[in-house]
Amino acid sequence: MAAEGNTIDALSQFELGRALGPIGGSVNFSQSNLHMVIVAGLILALMTYGMRPRAVVPGRLQSLAESAYEFVMGLVTDQIGPEGRRFFPFVFTLFMFILFGNMLGLFPYAFTFTSHIAVTLGLSLMVFVLITVVALQLHGRKFFGYFFPEGAPLWLAPIIVPVEIISYLSRPISLSIRLFANMVAGHVMLKVFATFVVMLAGLGTAGPVLAVLPLAVNVALVGFEVLVAFLQAYVFAILTCIYLSDAVHLH
Amino acid sequence: MPQLQFGDPLVLAQAVWMLVIFGVLYYVLRTYVLPPVGEVLEQRAARIASDLDAARQAKMTADNAMAELRAATAQARTEAQSAIASAVAQATAEAQSRADVLNARLAEQVAAAEARIAASRDAAMSTLRGVATETATALITKLVGRADAAAVDGAVGRALVARGELALGVGGAR
Repeated sequence: MAAEGNTIDALSQFELGRALGPIGGSVNFSQSNLHMVIVAGLILALMTYGMRPRAVVPGRLQSLAESAYEFVMGLVTDQIGPEGRRFFPFVFTLFMFILFGNMLGLFPYAFTFTSHIAVTLGLSLMVFVLITVVALQLHGRKFFGYFFPEGAPLWLAPIIVPVEIISYLSRPISLSIRLFANMVAGHVMLKVFATFVVMLAGLGTAGPVLAVLPLAVNVALVGFEVLVAFLQAYVFAILTCIYLSDAVHLH
Repeated sequence: MPQLQFGDPLVLAQAVWMLVIFGVLYYVLRTYVLPPVGEVLEQRAARIASDLDAARQAKMTADNAMAELRAATAQARTEAQSAIASAVAQATAEAQSRADVLNARLAEQVAAAEARIAASRDAAMSTLRGVATETATALITKLVGRADAAAVDGAVGRALVARGELALGVGGAR
């Protein structure tokens, strides 16, 4: 995994492998999916075990669970309004799934499933299908008016309509690539600097002293990655809310 | 880049499994986990609101009681002041009347005493001439061997008239 010879192998950390022995292997269950199950278990543990006291004055874990709930609830109601409450479970699941996936990926030996475009594209297509279905359900044929703003001169339609359609279709692409690229870049950086540490440390007497520099960079990078992990989950959730708001209100 | 090797069946399989896991997580959270959390938060909000209401009510009651107390105090003060004023007036009147009675009695006693003094002085004055004459006669007899009763009496009479006027004047001045 680390430095083999004098090459930097930053991408092997994203390689998929089969997990759960022969049964998991036969259904193509990868370690990526295993981490998703762990994440789901952690989320459920936090929200059930944390909320078990049901105390009026919450303890630490209950505060954490409640603030996660209220944070997403604030996100949903601020962006969509009171009618957005029915989307709350979906946005909550999405936010917690991505946040815990990003955070879990920062642990050594853990796999970051949000660094796979297939996963992030799957999540964003889910959002895309949801917003389209909601918009069609609520507004019927009027939804297609979304692609041509009222009051615009008709002769501009050949320009505006394709632009609007492309911008609408590019939503899942930008959503998925943003998360995927952020996570890949962060983990590649961590891996590259970690490899520097190992390579420099093997360079004789001065090596271990010099190796402190990339180590310090890596320490800072881990802190930065924690920020990115939260920020990307937040961005994904709030963009989902904005898209849902567009679907509900059709501005 | 392993993420883009779509020939690997695991790349697409993980997305399918992701949909399954996400779906199960969504269902469990939505059906069993999130409603109780919302309930707890709502209960807390309701409890805080009711506590605030109770506090507001208690404050209102306290304010009312305070106002009542203030009014009662003010009333009691005015009542007490009027009672004090009437008591003072009554006491003054009583003291005045008693002082009047006392003054009258004192004046009466003074008058009686003055009358008694005048009577005793008059009595003393009336016996004075006889005593003076006798004394003068006895003195003159001792000095010259004999006394002319008529002359002594006349001299005493003259002297008494002279002094009597003086004595009377002094007595009148008293």
